[in-house]
Order: sequence, then structure tokens, then C-alpha cells
Amino acid sequence: MTTLLEVDALTIGFGKAPPVVRDVSFSVQAGETLALVGESGSGKTLTCRSVLRILPEAAQLRGGSVTFAGHNGPVDLINAPERLLRSIRGNQVAMIFQEPMRSLSPLHRLGNQVEEVLHLHRKMGHAEAKRRVLEQFDKVGFADAERAYSSYPFEMSGGMRQRAMIAMAMVAEPELLIADEPTTALDVTTQAQVLGLIRTLQADTGMAVILVTHDLGVVANMAEKVVVMNKGRVMESGSAAEVLGAPAHGYTQKLFAAAPMIPTVATPARALSYDDVILDLKNITKTFTMRAGGWRKPVEIKACRDVNLRVVRGKTLAVVGESGSGKTTCARVALGSERPDAGGEVLFRPDPGGEAIPVHDMNRTQRTAFQRQAQMVFQDPYSSLSPRMRVMEALTEPMEIHNLGTRAERREKAEEMLRWVGLDPAMLHRYPHAFSGGQRQRLSIARALTLDPRILICDEPTSALDVSVQDQILTLLEDIRDRANLSYLFISHDLAVVARIADEVAVMRAGVIVEQAPPDTLFYNPRHPYTKALIAAQPEPDVTRPIDLDLVARGAGDPTTWDDMFRFEGSRAPDLRELEPGHKVRCHA
Amino acid sequence: MMFLRYAVYRMFTMLLTLWVVSILVFVIINLPPGDFLSNQIAELRATGQAEGVAKAEFLRAEYALDRPLWEQYMIWAGFMPGPNGFAGLLQGDFGWSFEFDRPVGEIVGDALWLTVLVNLSAVLFVYAVALPLGVLAAAKSETWVDYTAGFVGYLGLATPNFLLALILFYYGNKYLDLPIGGLMDPALEGEPMSWEKVKSILLHMIVPTFVIGTSGAAAMMQRLRANMLDELSKPYVETARAKGMAPARMLAKYPLRMAFNPFVADIGNLLPAMISGSVLVSVVLGLQTIGPSLLTALKSQDQFLAAFILMFVALLTLIGTMISDMLLVLLDPRIRYGGRE
Repeated sequence: MTTLLEVDALTIGFGKAPPVVRDVSFSVQAGETLALVGESGSGKTLTCRSVLRILPEAAQLRGGSVTFAGHNGPVDLINAPERLLRSIRGNQVAMIFQEPMRSLSPLHRLGNQVEEVLHLHRKMGHAEAKRRVLEQFDKVGFADAERAYSSYPFEMSGGMRQRAMIAMAMVAEPELLIADEPTTALDVTTQAQVLGLIRTLQADTGMAVILVTHDLGVVANMAEKVVVMNKGRVMESGSAAEVLGAPAHGYTQKLFAAAPMIPTVATPARALSYDDVILDLKNITKTFTMRAGGWRKPVEIKACRDVNLRVVRGKTLAVVGESGSGKTTCARVALGSERPDAGGEVLFRPDPGGEAIPVHDMNRTQRTAFQRQAQMVFQDPYSSLSPRMRVMEALTEPMEIHNLGTRAERREKAEEMLRWVGLDPAMLHRYPHAFSGGQRQRLSIARALTLDPRILICDEPTSALDVSVQDQILTLLEDIRDRANLSYLFISHDLAVVARIADEVAVMRAGVIVEQAPPDTLFYNPRHPYTKALIAAQPEPDVTRPIDLDLVARGAGDPTTWDDMFRFEGSRAPDLRELEPGHKVRCHA
Repeated sequence: MMFLRYAVYRMFTMLLTLWVVSILVFVIINLPPGDFLSNQIAELRATGQAEGVAKAEFLRAEYALDRPLWEQYMIWAGFMPGPNGFAGLLQGDFGWSFEFDRPVGEIVGDALWLTVLVNLSAVLFVYAVALPLGVLAAAKSETWVDYTAGFVGYLGLATPNFLLALILFYYGNKYLDLPIGGLMDPALEGEPMSWEKVKSILLHMIVPTFVIGTSGAAAMMQRLRANMLDELSKPYVETARAKGMAPARMLAKYPLRMAFNPFVADIGNLLPAMISGSVLVSVVLGLQTIGPSLLTALKSQDQFLAAFILMFVALLTLIGTMISDMLLVLLDPRIRYGGRE
């Protein structure tokens, strides 16, 4: 085997600050996959971009060398003139990025954007280039390549856009593909399919891949070699089997411990008792009417259909689904910020055995009380805290709005809540920008707690966080729930996250609940093909247990292709039936 | 096909808007108590000129000023027959200017076309200057190119237009032998169109175009620069670089295309801003545009003249907005195909 890329003692820094990437060395052999693993701020992205010298303007390459030995002979990429580098970019070394939504120009057709690569590097005429692009579109799995060719990115789903990105990267048949978190923004079943695609293409063309990721499960499924980075340095490197089988470095071990996993379950759980329900969603259907310009017909979309959910006091109900499944709409309806279609209602019972109040039909006093008792924790801790308010103001504002306590009491409460979430009360006078992502999420939890709520609605509270931080936040949420007897409605796209915190899980797809059970029951005996696909698509950090792509494809596909028992007729779904106590599945009898 | 449908739809909404604007214009002009004629009659009575009063009374009846406001509006717009049958805007009769004692159409006649000419050339100037400078400033941001462009731009924004006009006239005449004031050689006024006249008009337009366009160009340049800078940090730019594109082509094909939308959308706002902004300049430069007439008409409550000019500006605005809307549909597939299955 020949060495294709040799990175040696690479050091990158900004301004006068100490380097953010320090002495990083690794090598990639022709045809192999190397994974660069690390959390945000580890320098993995800068490292991979320095190969093509696509770095932020302020970044300085302070030392080391990057040598690429393609079929045109070895090139020193650090010192190569810009013109030579341009002839390598997209040609011998291609790159795909994290956000397929934003990495393609919205104003140019996919065909045009992909074909451009051939015009740039192969000097091909339009007809021949188009033929090659169509072939490539076929290979990356577009059912109708011609149609994809003339589509705009906004007409495609995230997974399809990422396929187009891959087609763009692959069309010139590069020797090295750099994939920077290529599946992080995708749904888990889509991720499995895209990873499978990259592997197939690699087997066909024999290119090498550098896969940048934070997910050890992805690494186990894809890589032969692993480089673990933290704070700009290489912590551990070696073959995937070695590093994942027996991590030697403490940091790698920590990453492993934090990685959420779907547990193997020996026995199903007992059915949950619904004696004391705090929030009861009954027959919720929500139709949105999209009006697109004055001369087009409005389109009706059912964001969720016939959703029945009960949150038991002191327990966590998790709603799991991929993007567009209607899970957030359910949360918004539950909070009263969307009104369900006629026939649906949400009942809120603040006290055990007390009176149930219809959330969408409250008087003023009831509404004010409800707004205190139901609080929300949002997904993105970076945008859910005002950058112009000190922590103190952010935490006391809810109490001011509700006229609770004196100034001193509010301050005391804010301090107490900071201690609850594991932060130092001395931080009250700082602004949010002084906090890390995990600390900010703690702040938003503290803010939600200042009003002594009964129920928290958590909308993907850990999706924007690193795995190790995610683990801490989940632990914190569990502690607080038990300490304050809170109930959670927990919205997530990740079964593994939900596995540890939920007492009951409802799996949603395209607006309907397809399966509902306590997590242990669900993992012990998943019945619905979609649930099976979600579980199968979850990448496990274990090289001996690769993703079963067939299982994913079967369940994640069109509901009209499912087994007879679960099949939808058109948009008509079968009923949700209780197959065993506490385990409901949407299927025909 | 869809574009055609959109064009028809847009045309229809434009007419609707124009109708609403006509009501607003008429009401606003009639808000202050009294009108030109009643003021004049009162003045004539006070000075004892009885024969003038008769004429004013006649005009009052002739233009239906003695009727209720809504009837006046219907007659003015041409929805209802007045004392002389249907004779309103719809029929192409713009009413009578009491101040100048001539039909409005006659007074504004030439000035209309000159206004359009001056302002269109100013708009073209704005785009021709702002586009390259804005892109350059963004592409070379925080270098001397950017700073110089910014400095010149702010200077253009901050200098009062009439002052700029006087300075340019002085130096333009001194060094380049440019004519001072007016829109054409006085000798050619009223003459039929000829090559001589066209040349004279073009020569006279250089300074006004520059003066009226500078501040607009400076503002537009800064906006384009900001838009471009936003776009430059987007991931699709990175994708284009990773493809191996050369910087100049990459800039033109991707970020500029994206930054172009607000640029195009501004056409509609630019026209009225320039016309109202150029009133003072026109007075100073002695341009025979409708600007100076509007000023006098508003001061003396010469209602038909004022109303007509305001309607004309509104029409220009609406046409500008329509053009920019149609261009946006052509330029941006997200608008065009937003609802495509």
C-alpha cells in the first residue's frame, strides 16, 4: 500500500494566541478510511481543511507539512501555489460538508453545480459532462437522475442534498475524499443510508476517505484507522479495532462512557400506570394551511394526526421521530401555543386528583398559572438566551413577569437555581457569551426552573451539544426531575438519548405515532418496521456490530411498502393497537 | 406560462394599489381647510376686485369644487361625469392649474419626460457605480480598497446635494466646459427634437445625474457590501472553493447572485426617493423637472397640479416595484418554483 497523504507535525493558530492545532501527525494510505474523532473545539475541522487550505482568513499555518502523493506525483500542500492547489481541489481531493442545506447554492440547479467540477478540471463539453453527471446521480441513488439534474436544492430533502453533494465530490473521481461531519445534520435512518453510500462508492473507486466526526458509532461503521483529537492534540491513534476495542487513553475512554447507546434488554418493562396523569393530549390533529403566493392554491398539511399521549406525574414521556414527524407540533399544541383541529383537546391537571383544565380553553387566571407551571427548554442554547442580558436578568425576568417575590427573594431563587444546575452563583453577573454550550443549556434549565414548574417540555435539549456534555445534561435533568417531582415531555430524534431518560416512548413518523411503549419493552421487542429501522440505524461504537442497512431501508421507506400487517393504504394508517399491556403498535389486527 | 400568470396578477394588484393611492392623495390634499380658489376669492373680495371673483366662481363650478368631497374625487378620477361630462384622469384630462392658469397637462408636459430621463439616468448611475464598488469592497474587505471605497461613499452620503451641485457646476464649467444649469441650451427650448437638442440635453445631464445619484450610489454600495460579506461566510462559498474555482468567477457566480436580490428589490424604492430627493437639486440646478412645480403647487394648494404630480410619482414607484418583483421572480428560482411539486 502506498501513502496517499502524510500530515506531519501540523500546527495552526489564530493571531497571537497559542496554537489551536498542535503537532498533529497522521497518514492515510490509498483506499483506506481514516476517522478524525473529537468534540467541538478539538481542531478536527481545521486539521482536515488545512489539507485543501480552505481555512478561515485569520488562521495561520504555523508549522508542519502536508504532503499529498497522488498519481501526479507528491505535492507539498502547505507551500503549493494557489493555482496548483486549485487544480487539486475538487479534482484529486474532494470535500463534503456538514450542512447539505446550506452547502449548495440555492440559486443554481444541482446539475449545473455538479457539472461545473467537470468543466473546471476535465475541460469537458456540456453534453459529455452532463452524461457523466447523470451517471453519477444514478450511482448516488437518485431514482430519476434527469429530474435531479434540473432540480434546485430547495426542492430536495436533506438526505437527497447530501447525495448531490457526494455526487459533486465524486464526479471527478478523486483519490481522496474529505467528509467533514457528513451525516451530523441528517436523520438517523438517512445517516445510515448515506454512510452506506459512501462505503459503496469507496469500494467501487478505491479512493481514500478522511471522515471527520464526533460519533464513535459512525467511526466503528466506517473507519479502518482512527485519530482521536482533543484541544488540538492527537490523544490516541491506531486501527479502529484496537482503539474502539480497548481504548488506551483516558479521553477516549471518557468519550466511550458518554456515547449514548441503545441498551440490550433482558426483559420487557411493566406497563406504566396512568393513575395520575398531569398532561393529557386527546385526539390531537393539527392541519396547517400553506398559502404560497396570491396565485397559487393553498396546500393543507397534517402535521400530526390522532395523537393521544399521557404524561404521568413525575415521569418522562419521550416523543421520538425524525425531522418532519410532527413531534414539535405536538409539543407546541401541548403548551397551548397551537390550537388543535376541532375534536382534539389537551387537559392539564396541576395537582394530583385535582381538577383538569383544558389548555386551549382557559380563563385569564388559569392561563397565567399554566404559563408558570409549564416551562420549556429549547434546543439551541446559543440562541435561546439573549446575549444582552446578564444571567441575573435572564433568571429573574420570568419571576418579574409573574410578580413573584421581592427583588432579594428573586435573586436568592436565581442563586439557588444556579446551584441546582451545578453552576456557581458568582456567575450571576456574567453575560451568556462567557459560557460554553453545556453551561448555557444549564442556564436555560435554571431559567425554566425559577417559576417552580410542574412540567417541563424539553425540545431536543441535548441535540446541539457534544456527547460528553449531553451526558451531563441528561444526568442533570434526571436529578432535577426526581428532586422536584417534575414531569417531562421530552422531544428527541435520538432513541439512544431517550433510552436512559424516558419512562415511556412514543415513536412518531409522518404525523402519526407508530409504536408506543416503555423503552425497555420497545428495545426488547420492537414490533413496528419503522421502530426496527430506527434501532438498526443507530451506529454502535463496536466494529463487530455494523449497521444492518437492509433493515433500515425496509422500515424507513414508504409506508405502503411495509409488511401487510403495518401497511398504510394511501394516507390511511391502521389503528394503534395494544398488543401487550403497555405496548401499542400501529398495525392491522 | 406561470410567469405570464404572475405578471397579469401583479398588474392587477398594481392597478388596485394605484386606485387606493389616488384616494389617499386626494384626501390628503384636501385635508387643509380651504382650497386655492376660495383663498383667491377671499383675497379678491378683500381687495375689492369683483370681476376676478366671477371668474374664480366660474372655475369653482367648472371643476366641481362646490360639490361634496367624494363627488369631487369621482369627477377628478373620471369615474363620474362632471359639469363637462367625463373629464378625469381616466380620460387623460389632468385638470386645471389655478396658480399658472393653464391646464395641468400643458404645464407638466415636457417636464414629465425630463423627470423620468434625469431620474432614470441617475438610477443607472447608481447601479453602475455601486455594483463594482460594492463587490470590490466586500471581496477586499478590510484592505485599503475597502476603506477608500467606504470613505468616498460616506463622503457622497454626507455632502449636501445642492452644495455638491454648485461645486460641480463651478469646476465642471471651468475645466471641462460643461454647461451650467438647465436641461438644455435655452436657444433649443421649445424646438422640435433634433440631434443638436439631444446632444445638448445629454451634456446638461452629466452634473445632475452625478449629483442626484451620488448619495444613492453610496448607500447602495454599502448595502451590497454588507450583503456580500454575509454571503461570503456561507458554506456554499466554501463548497465552491473546495471545487477548485478561481476566486473571481466564484464570486460572480455564487455570492454575487445571492447578494443581488436586495439590490434588485431596491429599484422600486429608488425612484421615488430620487424624485423627492431631487426637488431641491432641481431648484438649485434650474432643471425643468416636475420637482419645482410640485413645490409651488403644494405651497399654494394648487390641488389638481399637486395631485397629478403625486399620482405620477406613485405610478413610477409602482412600476419600479413591479419591475423589481418580476425580475426577482426571474432571478430567484425559490420564488419561481417555491410551490413546485
